[in-house]
Amino acid sequence: MKKILICGLLLISAVGLVMAGTTITIKGSDTLVRLGQRWSEEYMKHNPDIVIQISGGGSGTGIAALLNGTTDICEASRDMKEKEYKLAEQKGIIPYRVSVALDGIAVFLHNSNPVTNLTLAQLKGIYTGAITNWNEVGGPDARIILYGRENNSGTYAFFKKQVLNKEDYSDYTQTLPGTAAVVNAVSKDKNGIGYGGLAWATGVKFAEVKTNDTAMAVLPNVETVSNGSYPISRELYWFFNGKPTGELKKLVNWALSEEGQKIAEEIDYVPLLKKDAVANIVE
Amino acid sequence: MKRMKFKPKSKVHEFLGEKLIAINAFAALIAIVLIFAFIFKEAIPILTDPEIQQEASIDKMTFKQEFYEGRDPKWSWQPNSEVPKYSVLPLVIGTLKAALVAMLFAIPLGVGAAIFSAEFASRRWREIIKPAIEMLAGIPSVVLGFFALIVLATIMQDMFGFLFRLNAVTAGIALGLAVIPIVFTIAEDAMTSVPISLRDAGLALGANQWQVSLTVVLPAALPGIAAGVVLGFGRAIGETMIVLMASGNAAIVSASLTDSMRTISASIAAELAEVVFGSAHYNVLFFLGTLLFIFTFLTNLGGELAVTKLKRRLQGRLS
Repeated sequence: MKKILICGLLLISAVGLVMAGTTITIKGSDTLVRLGQRWSEEYMKHNPDIVIQISGGGSGTGIAALLNGTTDICEASRDMKEKEYKLAEQKGIIPYRVSVALDGIAVFLHNSNPVTNLTLAQLKGIYTGAITNWNEVGGPDARIILYGRENNSGTYAFFKKQVLNKEDYSDYTQTLPGTAAVVNAVSKDKNGIGYGGLAWATGVKFAEVKTNDTAMAVLPNVETVSNGSYPISRELYWFFNGKPTGELKKLVNWALSEEGQKIAEEIDYVPLLKKDAVANIVE
Repeated sequence: MKRMKFKPKSKVHEFLGEKLIAINAFAALIAIVLIFAFIFKEAIPILTDPEIQQEASIDKMTFKQEFYEGRDPKWSWQPNSEVPKYSVLPLVIGTLKAALVAMLFAIPLGVGAAIFSAEFASRRWREIIKPAIEMLAGIPSVVLGFFALIVLATIMQDMFGFLFRLNAVTAGIALGLAVIPIVFTIAEDAMTSVPISLRDAGLALGANQWQVSLTVVLPAALPGIAAGVVLGFGRAIGETMIVLMASGNAAIVSASLTDSMRTISASIAAELAEVVFGSAHYNVLFFLGTLLFIFTFLTNLGGELAVTKLKRRLQGRLS
């Protein structure tokens, strides 16, 4: 009897604790999930009465959750598609977009690969299947093994739009769940090539990317992505239902503050240029 | 001795109890029917809705299509393209390839282990082997998949020099690991439940242990072993996580077992979370689900029929 009483009291107090604070749910892009996690940890430290629940699943998953009203903030590594905006309208949801950080899509190569730079046209050829051998781009005589992301990933869509000019990926592209898996696969495959966010790569090398044959080859890093000289870069967004107010507004403005952006840089995301961050702050 | 007296409490109790149990039994059946009805309902627009059919009709899903002028027609699974392509052939081939390798790997190992455990192992060994293999069934498939992705793929590539690190052989073997316990458990049970009188008769006629095992026990247990194989095949076709992680998920039409491949189940798992509700892609995924359902239903049914037939024949001969 006593035990039951104690258990009951514990349960009630636990529920009470949760009820006392505000719970914010964040869902979406796998690219952003790490940053979201670090931000929430830090934010919860400063604001102990706020509980932030964060999960990944992909930009598409996050946007679907926003449209279904099951998340407060949707993290996305791409803008919403026209179809999705239309669907939002039907459901009476007014998406409000804030870009919170930048990300460069790096091209991963095996450490032993002698190829150091690729033009955008070569990358397109490789990923559409027009170029299948490394010797066509200055490497050894070996088949190029393609790795990519599943088609629910924002990175997949962005790379397709930016590099492949919306053409189809080669059928031989092996799609893996998550950038970590792509990096891992390339690190173990000496003829492999992959793509993904800058923040993830260990054990592989980045290819320098040129916009055309005569342009300078640019290695992706914080500097080249934030000043726009690296050609494959993108903004990372938080979507809200309507202009954020109250706790949500406080959270996003904190993420855009100098402190928030510094955390982003610490874990290898690319912070927004200061003037952009200030411009994005929610009134 | 005291005489036991059975006193039914009341007719009403009995009636209610019986109906309750009947409801339990039917609940499972109803669940299956409802699940199938739901999945099939979501797939129907492919057959009826002309707007959806423009993107994905049965024709487009089965035959070679010329998607761009001047390029060769082909089977292609590219649902997120400017011109969405929903050919199911690469997926069906991938599914069958993985299942084939899994069965080639799991049947000899599973049945062999079952013969050893049921016929030749000492009691002490059997008590180690049986739970150990059955524990394989308890390993979450995501763990098996991860193991295949990180460890097995590297070992296999180093050993055989595969061009593609993730391919049908690697995925099939990982899948086989999930199938072995099913084949083993059912085959083992079938062999241990062969009546002792059969063995005794064999031994009495002067056969040695080997002869009794292979010519008496094994044939008598064949229906059970076949059932294990069929159930294992059903699992191999439907299993998702292992192939999602270890097969490379490239939708290619190719007979080679060393190419990457994509299965039906992995496609559903990877794409359903993203898909726009009510779109052609959404309906096609449910169509794939229906296909998978029918696949496994037919294998199980076929297996069941074969087993009954075999059983009858064996009983006719042995009794």
